[in-house]
Amino acid sequence: MTGKKKKEAAVENTREVKSLRPGSLAYVWRRISHDPGAMAGMIIIALIIILSILSPYIIKYDYSTMDLANKCAAPSWEHPFGCDEMGRDILVRVLYGARYTLSIGVLSTAMAIVIGVIIGAIAGYFGGIADTLLMRALDVIQAFPQMLMAMLLAAVFGTGLDKCILALGISGIAGYARMTRANILKIRNSEYIEASVSIKCSTPRIIWKHILPNSLSPLIVSAAMGIASSGLAASALSFIGLGIQAPKPEWGAMLSSARNYIRGNPHMVIFPGLFIMITVISFNLIGDALRDALDPKLKD
Amino acid sequence: MLRYVLKRLLMMIPILLAVAILIFTLMNFVPGDPARIALSQNAVITEADLAAKRAEFGLDQPFFTRLISFLEGAFFHLDFGVSYTYSTPVTSLLATRFPITLMLAFLCTLTMVVLGIPAGVSAAVHAGKAGDRISMFITLLFNSMPNFWLGLMLVLFFSLELKLLPSTGIGSPAHFVLPVICGSLSGVASIARQTRASMLEVIRSDFVTTARSKGISERKAIYGHALPNALIPVITVCGQQFGHMLGGISVIEMLFSIPGIGSFLITSINQRDYPSVQGCVIYIAVTFSLMMLITDLIYAFVDPRIKSNYFVQRKKKEKT
Repeated sequence: MTGKKKKEAAVENTREVKSLRPGSLAYVWRRISHDPGAMAGMIIIALIIILSILSPYIIKYDYSTMDLANKCAAPSWEHPFGCDEMGRDILVRVLYGARYTLSIGVLSTAMAIVIGVIIGAIAGYFGGIADTLLMRALDVIQAFPQMLMAMLLAAVFGTGLDKCILALGISGIAGYARMTRANILKIRNSEYIEASVSIKCSTPRIIWKHILPNSLSPLIVSAAMGIASSGLAASALSFIGLGIQAPKPEWGAMLSSARNYIRGNPHMVIFPGLFIMITVISFNLIGDALRDALDPKLKD
Repeated sequence: MLRYVLKRLLMMIPILLAVAILIFTLMNFVPGDPARIALSQNAVITEADLAAKRAEFGLDQPFFTRLISFLEGAFFHLDFGVSYTYSTPVTSLLATRFPITLMLAFLCTLTMVVLGIPAGVSAAVHAGKAGDRISMFITLLFNSMPNFWLGLMLVLFFSLELKLLPSTGIGSPAHFVLPVICGSLSGVASIARQTRASMLEVIRSDFVTTARSKGISERKAIYGHALPNALIPVITVCGQQFGHMLGGISVIEMLFSIPGIGSFLITSINQRDYPSVQGCVIYIAVTFSLMMLITDLIYAFVDPRIKSNYFVQRKKKEKT
């Protein structure tokens, strides 16, 4: 495509975007689908999910079968990513490990958002004693870093997928609750809420139908970013032995056991980390594009 | 101003009290028996040994008795009890480890601010050009890298391949280079991105155009007029990144075998050494809360609108 044509296409695209109502689903989708970063991110995540599901069928090795003849084997045609200290194929382990990172990232973020939004909505809408009590409780939880909270909770719950999700989910609640509360405080005093109160809308209806949809866009953006950061936190927890434990092919756990072999076998350390990074970048790219698409300040 | 600081410090007390209760209660629910772990070197563990060890740790007391005595010790005598693993007071164990962590945290924060803000400013000034795009992509990379993996890669490259820097331990300034890079890069990236975004908003505003039209140098317009007005959101991100770094510092300390409070926390959790865990968490919570207070004070320092708020309030009070 020549430069002129490209420019024309871009103008055409902005015209099309402008004809859509800002904030509508079609508008957001159009902006995202024309953002190369976000598209790359979505394609990569889709690929990782598909490969992770298909890996048992397309690769002849199993993620847990040991083969001591291939102990710490360097990358080769047989094993593109090499083998680990037990002779297990790293490629298949890395692909399988995507299940852990993605499910922990998505589920813990979903849990944090659902509970956080409920708490934030109650505090923000009702105010008074409920607000004070909930906010003071959040002050206490936020008096130490989120990662530290996740570590302590992981120590309490023990190791395993469900417990890891629980630990990361609970430690993420406070941030979303605060954000929702701030949004709702802003919206609560607006005229359309006054209007719906005056026509005797029930409180749950006002919160559900009027306030939440209007405070949704920052939540969606931080959900995408939240998946990225809780995926990172999950791998860090597993790395220090508090998340998912070693024989399971979680990326952080793989790095933790590969760490002792870094001298001489760097391939064991490089690939799992590379996949953490690629996954996290993809979610961050989608989050960036969503923010650009949803942020009213950047609308033209 | 002093009144505000005092008020904030007083408000920290109930929060820290609640933190102490929370952490004590959480530790009570951690699975695993500290007495059994402390005795794990013995070949045979009898019930009598376990009971004696539990009595020594005070674990035979009911929960509330232990909680009250812990709170009394921690808040009135700054005494967090005796470590189960080392049989020495936790306070003295923390006294040697805490300065190391504080030093590391300070160096990381300094690196974040010193590298992040200028990088963001220069990206904003050259917005849309190749340099801006490349640097924004690099910040995205740094933001998405797990810090322990970055650490491993740094060790691989600088210690094992080039043999330039030591990979573990402390002692010389060179020992701090890799941990500080590892702990600060994602913060540098976040601060650079935020600085760029808020600079872009400010740079187009009228007062910067006015400043330029008066004929002052571009440098002065950017650093003297635009930057101070763009700093508020940047300071917020700096505070957040400090917290993020403090949370991740355990991983870094463990990776580089630094005998700080973070690696101590992880070993204490694994050893079920409750008094040490409680001590570590309270130290970190105090550091974190103080840093948040300092962040709020920097707001006032940077933004004359906020500063005048304090003074106006005081004047109003003086009048009445």
